[in-house]
Amino acid sequence: MLEKRIIVCLDVKDGRTTKGIRFKENVDVGDPVEMARVYYEEGVDELVFYDITASAERRKIRIDTVRRVAEQVFIPFSVGGGISTVEEMREVLLAGAEKVSVNSSAVRNPGIIAGGAAMYGSQCVVLGMDIARDPAMPCGYGVVIDGGRTVTGLDALAWARKAEKLGAGEIVLNSIDADGTKAGYELTATALISHGVEIPVVASGGAGTPEHLLAVFRDGGADAALVASMVHYGTYSISGIKGFLAANGLPIRKT
Amino acid sequence: MVSGTTIVIDYGAGNLKSVENALRHLGASFLTTSLPSDLDKAERVIFPGVGEAAASMAELRRTGLDEAIRSYVAAGRKLLGICIGCQVIFERSEERATECLGLFPGEVRRFPAGSGLKVPHMGWNTVHFTRAHPVFDGIPQDSSFYFVHSYYPAPADPEMIAGVTEYGSPFASCIAQGNLVAFQFHLEKSGPLGLKLLSNFLSWDGSGTRSQSGAPYTVLGARPGAPHA
Repeated sequence: MLEKRIIVCLDVKDGRTTKGIRFKENVDVGDPVEMARVYYEEGVDELVFYDITASAERRKIRIDTVRRVAEQVFIPFSVGGGISTVEEMREVLLAGAEKVSVNSSAVRNPGIIAGGAAMYGSQCVVLGMDIARDPAMPCGYGVVIDGGRTVTGLDALAWARKAEKLGAGEIVLNSIDADGTKAGYELTATALISHGVEIPVVASGGAGTPEHLLAVFRDGGADAALVASMVHYGTYSISGIKGFLAANGLPIRKT
Repeated sequence: MVSGTTIVIDYGAGNLKSVENALRHLGASFLTTSLPSDLDKAERVIFPGVGEAAASMAELRRTGLDEAIRSYVAAGRKLLGICIGCQVIFERSEERATECLGLFPGEVRRFPAGSGLKVPHMGWNTVHFTRAHPVFDGIPQDSSFYFVHSYYPAPADPEMIAGVTEYGSPFASCIAQGNLVAFQFHLEKSGPLGLKLLSNFLSWDGSGTRSQSGAPYTVLGARPGAPHA
């Protein structure tokens, strides 16, 4: 049976992780490569790296980070943040990432989804979607970009379906309303998108406890759930979260 | 003990890096090549892949690797197929109606659309071995491996099936026959157990394939009326 994935999200800036973590002094705190290795050993199912920086110099740092992660972490990982051309996708994939995530750039230029899928296959192309409640939208949620600063006027469900048609292989759905609240994922929107498309949907934003993951798998129909601060600060461990979900009857990879 | 040359076939399908990283991590020396003649000196060949059947087959034909792989397998030499490498060994694929290498009878089919299944089949799923094999040594039954694919192999001969995975229905996720083993999942991305499978393949002497009782499962695409428990 296909298992529910637990994905750890690492925010990287200039080659360093931006959130503080619990790792001990023998680990270079904040080094995304080292963090990736530790989460891998703890049994995480997948990793996501978001790098908000995109200048030429920083691109080199990013490629180097991806390469070093790929050398020691033998699970899938994706890379996102500021990727706006098929050529940049290629660089990241050649360096060893499984998937590339596009977000704002895909709204501005949906062709990057089709171009990436035609070139590397749909399984490589992840659509990152930031959404916010918007009663003016047919589905009740609208798409926002540029880290929540720009309202696009796109209906969330319509955009998800369009991206699926263009060739996206997966959607990471991030709720701006829930993000950072630790009050739980946005269940209604997750269920709406997850049941509205035939590609996997990863829930993101709002996770604070293992119960939140259980809810988004059970009631939100999510295929995978993204966690960040709840594990970065040591409040919960990957094995603790997995044990809780397995004890509640969810199919979870044993490690 | 790993001896002899390990060859990784490069046919432009991408994802080579992951396989190479896994081999390096295991301390294995290997040669990545797109030259058909290099297969002559191989002790074992790894046929990796992510991508699309038609483009993969076109590239294999263009480079002459198709013929080289055919004679290599016909000579009964050791081959590990991964994902696309586990598919194009059959006769044809539904992916853009592609004629494949035709080394074994059977075809590659798409997971049915509109059945409530998400396609691609993406993520960790369990593999149930239907028989023992030296390459599976030390891998617990029903362990999880990482899959990402929309098409699955459907061998005509159920005797080739060595492991099955459930996605809507059971499909053949492990193929083994003679000196060939092939996996639909990405062992190079399946954590320590995937690395263990790869390491087992590297040290496999090709002998000792255990008795084949056939798959005790009705597996998608297997010949109708084929014996199963």
